[in-house]
Amino acid sequence: MLGKLTLSAIPFDQPIIMGAVGFMVLVGLSVMFVLTFLGRWKWLWTEWLTSVDHKKIGVMYIMLAIVMLLRGFSDAIMMRTQLALASGGAPGYLPPEHYDQIFTAHGVIMIFFMAMPFLIGLMNIVVPLQIGARDVAFPFLNSLSFWLTVAGFGLVNVSLGVGEFARTGWLAYPPLSELQYSPGVGVDYYIWSLQISGVGTTLAGVNFIATILNNRAPGMTLMRMPIFTWAALCSNIMIVAAFPILTVTLALLSLDRYLGMHFFTNDLGGNQMMYVNLIWAWGHPEVYILVLPAFGIFSEIIATFSSKRLFGYAPMVFATIAIAVLGFVTWLHHFFTMGAGANVNAFFGITTMIISIPTGVKVFNWLFTMYRGRIRFPSPVLWTIGFMVTFVIGGMTGVLMAVPPADFVLHNSLFLVAHFHNVIIGGVLFGYLAGLTYWFPKVFGFRLNDTLGKCSFWCWLVGFYLAFMPLYIVGLMGMTRRINHYDNPDWYPFLVVAAIGAVVILFGILFFVLQIGFSIVQREKTRDLTGDPWGGRTLEWSISSPPPFYNFANIPVVYGRDAFWEAKRKGLKQPSTALRRIHMPRNTATGPIVGAFSLMLGFALVWHIWWMALVGLVGIVLSIIVHSFNENRAYYVQAEDVARIERLSSRLLAH
Amino acid sequence: MSADALAIEPNVGSRALTPLQVRPEVEHSEAGSTTVLGFWIYLMSDCLLFAALFATNSVLANETAGGPTGRALFSIPYVLAETFCLLLSSFTYGMAMLALNTGRRSGVLGWLAATFLLGLCFIGMEINEFHRMIGEGAGPDRSAFLSSFFTLVGTHGLHVTSGLIWMAVMMTQVALRGLSATNSTRLMCLSLFWHFLDIVWIGVFSVVYLMGSM
Repeated sequence: MLGKLTLSAIPFDQPIIMGAVGFMVLVGLSVMFVLTFLGRWKWLWTEWLTSVDHKKIGVMYIMLAIVMLLRGFSDAIMMRTQLALASGGAPGYLPPEHYDQIFTAHGVIMIFFMAMPFLIGLMNIVVPLQIGARDVAFPFLNSLSFWLTVAGFGLVNVSLGVGEFARTGWLAYPPLSELQYSPGVGVDYYIWSLQISGVGTTLAGVNFIATILNNRAPGMTLMRMPIFTWAALCSNIMIVAAFPILTVTLALLSLDRYLGMHFFTNDLGGNQMMYVNLIWAWGHPEVYILVLPAFGIFSEIIATFSSKRLFGYAPMVFATIAIAVLGFVTWLHHFFTMGAGANVNAFFGITTMIISIPTGVKVFNWLFTMYRGRIRFPSPVLWTIGFMVTFVIGGMTGVLMAVPPADFVLHNSLFLVAHFHNVIIGGVLFGYLAGLTYWFPKVFGFRLNDTLGKCSFWCWLVGFYLAFMPLYIVGLMGMTRRINHYDNPDWYPFLVVAAIGAVVILFGILFFVLQIGFSIVQREKTRDLTGDPWGGRTLEWSISSPPPFYNFANIPVVYGRDAFWEAKRKGLKQPSTALRRIHMPRNTATGPIVGAFSLMLGFALVWHIWWMALVGLVGIVLSIIVHSFNENRAYYVQAEDVARIERLSSRLLAH
Repeated sequence: MSADALAIEPNVGSRALTPLQVRPEVEHSEAGSTTVLGFWIYLMSDCLLFAALFATNSVLANETAGGPTGRALFSIPYVLAETFCLLLSSFTYGMAMLALNTGRRSGVLGWLAATFLLGLCFIGMEINEFHRMIGEGAGPDRSAFLSSFFTLVGTHGLHVTSGLIWMAVMMTQVALRGLSATNSTRLMCLSLFWHFLDIVWIGVFSVVYLMGSM
């Protein structure tokens, strides 16, 4: 009846896990209590969960990302404290089988359930506003993508309390991830959570490409697009090209595990090297999928706060495209040591080094944008400058490891761990947090508290250097990654410093949470009545904050790059055509329903509950079919309603 | 600063845009070119999915682990008949699209039904082939070669099956609501999907069956 699922799947004997589960249940219950107390369930359902508004979906994506940032960081600080304690023969407080789940969960959560939703959330909020559109090309598909991501998110979190998570490392290399060596449900949770959310990501990629290609305001040629939109376009093309490979790779692994096939097994002709190739053919592009939009965010911020147009727009665009293309031909540098041979290694070493050229072009463009600009220094700019310094260091260690002989020494060491955290924290995370601070007033109508933002920035920056510079050193001293305890006393002081760094980062996160809470309380003081709190350059700043749900009453006409900045500078007014009725999509419950069935399907497949899997699958298909019969999906906002909303926002703007 | 001023001349390339040319509101109905563009992009992602499976199949083609080879297993005349079912179904779908263009609902429904039957025939033959192979002890768990064979061909078969479900829904919708704008766009997307599966199958037939039985 319940497949492999029994009561013993819940680890009652593990105080740390049960504490975490208890805490999550407590938070969930208190949220439910508050919603019931305030009578907000209906509001939540009609205004948010069933919404197809790109801004609301973006906000929900980012909330998901922040929750997972907290969970992923708890894993991180547990690892660092474990290694600060487990020296000289001491076992530490995390037994190996739990520690293995923690480092796996940390990687999976941070990449798939923190960075990806954060990225897609930012693109959701910003891209339609920047191109002068009323929504994405396929609003329902957008909701569906989000709810598939939520289903994956649900599965990862259920794995904490029911069963276990994978112990294989974040890419689940076989043969370790095969049934023979991982007979538990951990790898199955891994497979299905990534598979379901990965489908959501692919659909989001399709949606954004169609949006950017087809929904731009008149006059916005490709070379007039804001640079963040360019980065988003390249990133989404990479998503559509790379995520199918992940889908196939995970599907083949699950066929091995569920149907006894032999793609990656040790026997009967299986080839585990093929898994490593396939997963990195997705995995390396994934790195650029994450970082290109971060580059776009920094470009927007640095131009805005230097009060100058971006230096070298065209080189920036071509550098982005070059990185997007080259990102597909470097994957083998993740496994130089696996014996592909000298010539193959040389080829991939060179392609990897070539990528640093367009990246360097970008760094110089940002520097020259700042040169002789009137630079202001609110927290988004601090994140940007912190990024430039940190990312260059991370980039250089990357080029170092692109040299195959050097990689033979550094492979699998903490030097590598320090390198990719250097580029992912310094590049991706700093970028997204900068973007969050920068676009927050546009979405909510008030700015975030800048002092607390700066506190958060400095803690993150200092904490990052304290936590990861020592890892470069112990890596050079020969410490490998993913070890649970060690005997070498020379490593100990460095790992203590690293743990202190993690604590400093903890304060960065606390300041960030505090910043959001405090800013909500103080929102009347930082209210953005102009719609343009930073002296912005692109179209999203030309409308009120928050924008009306249809974004633009009249679709703007674009005459050049930095459309809004030039309009302000030259006193250009948008043509004041009469307001017309606006065609808008209706909310739909199909997204959350399909998400719920997907969660059911994933859970059933993990535990081999076949009847439930069938119910989930049939539920998904039927919901989509029923939805396809609903043709009442859009409605008109009448011209007088538009006029009323616009009068309200222009009264605010006149303040 | 002069370079700055030059960059914002108020024309859009060669076509000057006057305020009157402001595009009317972006429609959010499903009809229209955006849906077809989106579907094309989806098909490209699907194409990469098959590309990964083809690559897997090529890597594992000789890993028979002492089990039966393609040469021993494949019956080319049988697969050729299967192939013609599918190719013919692409033709009948094309006829359905011609009927759509001339607005003949019964023609659309008739040709869709023919396409559906041919697709069903193809799937039936494929299931029969799988059944025979598994019965001979050449199932997907026998060797890496067979794993990749069943997965590539089976994934194509699953796509065709989804296409058949879609076609059944489509026929119902055309019967109920006629050749509306929404239905026309969907028929166009299904047409792209169906021809795409045909092209993939030509790859399967050449790479898996023909090269595998050489």
